[in-house]
Amino acid sequence: MNTAVEVRGLRKNYGEVEAVKGVGFEVAPGEVFGFLGPNGAGKTTTISMLCTLVTPTGGTAHVAGYDVVKQRDEVRRNIGLVFQDPTLDGYLTAEQNLRFHAELYGVPKEVLGDRMRQVLEMVGLWDRKDSKVMTFSGGMKRRLEIARGLLHSPRVLFLDEPTVGLDPQTRSAIWGYIDKLRHSEDITIFMTTHYMDEAEYCDRIAIIDHGEIVVIDSPEALKASVGKDRVQIQTGDDERAIGLLKERFGVDAAVREGQVTFAVASGEEFVPRLFAGLGVPIRSVSVSRPSLDDVFMSYTGSTIRDAESSGAGNQWMRARAMRGR
Amino acid sequence: MTTDVVRVSVPRASGGHDLRAIKVVLHREMLRFANDRTRIVSSLVQPVLWLFVMGTGLGTLVRGSIPGVDFRTFMYPGMISMTVIMTAMFSAGSIVWDREFGFLREMLVAPVSRGAIVIGKCLGGAVVACLQGVIILALAGLVGVPYSPMLILTLLGEMFLAAFTITAFGVTLAARMRNMQSFFGVMQMAIMPMMFLSGAMFPLANLPSWLHVLTTVNPLTYAVDPMRRAVFGHLAVPPRVDAMLNPGVSWFGHRLSVPLELGLVAAIGAALLGVAVLQFRRTD
Repeated sequence: MNTAVEVRGLRKNYGEVEAVKGVGFEVAPGEVFGFLGPNGAGKTTTISMLCTLVTPTGGTAHVAGYDVVKQRDEVRRNIGLVFQDPTLDGYLTAEQNLRFHAELYGVPKEVLGDRMRQVLEMVGLWDRKDSKVMTFSGGMKRRLEIARGLLHSPRVLFLDEPTVGLDPQTRSAIWGYIDKLRHSEDITIFMTTHYMDEAEYCDRIAIIDHGEIVVIDSPEALKASVGKDRVQIQTGDDERAIGLLKERFGVDAAVREGQVTFAVASGEEFVPRLFAGLGVPIRSVSVSRPSLDDVFMSYTGSTIRDAESSGAGNQWMRARAMRGR
Repeated sequence: MTTDVVRVSVPRASGGHDLRAIKVVLHREMLRFANDRTRIVSSLVQPVLWLFVMGTGLGTLVRGSIPGVDFRTFMYPGMISMTVIMTAMFSAGSIVWDREFGFLREMLVAPVSRGAIVIGKCLGGAVVACLQGVIILALAGLVGVPYSPMLILTLLGEMFLAAFTITAFGVTLAARMRNMQSFFGVMQMAIMPMMFLSGAMFPLANLPSWLHVLTTVNPLTYAVDPMRRAVFGHLAVPPRVDAMLNPGVSWFGHRLSVPLELGLVAAIGAALLGVAVLQFRRTD
């Protein structure tokens, strides 16, 4: 197996709506690969196709060397899944949930006990194995799902927004497990996220917007490709400020997240010139090094948060994709 | 951590693997049932009310026309089937619950056939319904039905078959449902007329022809009648009264045998099972 995931021209239409418009990429074994994009960009639809939950309209995809349409069961045997929404039985204990999973996946009985202990210890839930899952917090449930997703030693682990809705402490704990995993197990991790700071943990990121992959590269390379600092200012008159920035400094600015935002080569040196020459009262200013937010903005033309508020209408697509069959 | 990783290799699809899947789905149904005492009690309330309140009330009214038989004895097999049907439908309904709470997805993404999951679910519904039915069986003495081992075994077998078919019916209904409320709405709509027309509440002899046709078309009739015949076979009932309370089901003037009736129930169950599997096999 040379690639863990191999996707060519993958498409999905829901009636007239093109949720995924022909994406293609490869993920190498052992890689942590991230799909980054706003809600409604087609991340969940893509992951659902790779997990054999949704049949593609066109294109091909191979996971762990198997075709996701023609060799569905082989794909399923070799992947682990952690969804955004919990898929645990709250009336069963943590251990019973894992046993159920082990039986469905045919995990050999001789190794089950050891393996179960190992995955539960990894996520710090071994001492809670006999508690009913309904007594768990959201973070504990997510950790249990990760343990369950790993129980059958999958070659590829899919994590759909693994940290969404969790507190910062649990989020960093989950990133700790993922980091531990890549060292201890022979596993490829494919995840989606819309948190920029989390995408930085990935080896490579694909930025997806409106159902298309905009760019794929390592976080460092992507940030380097932007090259400029981001400056955001609050002014007394945003429109005039934008006009004057263009006229006097030759800078293209726009209102993002309620502030006049633009990118310049050396932000700190630009600020004094700005105060001296803009001619519009400036109330506050912030300069930031290029982050993945800027990467996202420079490739898609909007910040991820702005894209989310306009893409909110696409939520139904996710609901359709995740309907449970 | 690096050295002591326990590696698991998951086997390829095989009959043994599907069997494990069936067993674990069944096992989960049992665990859920054992943990839910409210459900055990609440699904007993209705049949017990029918049997002892309605049965006693109506019994005083009809006592004169059925000499030698307690009306509650007549209702008893009907109430066994009612218990079994209610419990089986509840079990099937848990599929909707599983979908709402996401657990269904855990089952549907597993590398096992949909058939294994649906069969496990139907067997689970059948076993749970039989366990619930055992409680009603224990009440036999109160309504003048003898505790004969042969009768108990026969009833258990018939209960199992009826419950399996009803669960398959419920799963077929539940396959398309998105929330519990609509499932229970549809379930009431389907189950109530089927119960009324099955001979569980009143004898199917001497009915107006439109009602007779409806009872003959109703599949539940063929699940209730064998139970009644089993119970009446262990009682000493005057022939005239037996003909009135236990007329059996006739097609074109021909009384159906018990094996044929049970065969019908089994065939319907198998067909519904097939439909349920097909419904779960569809993907978006």
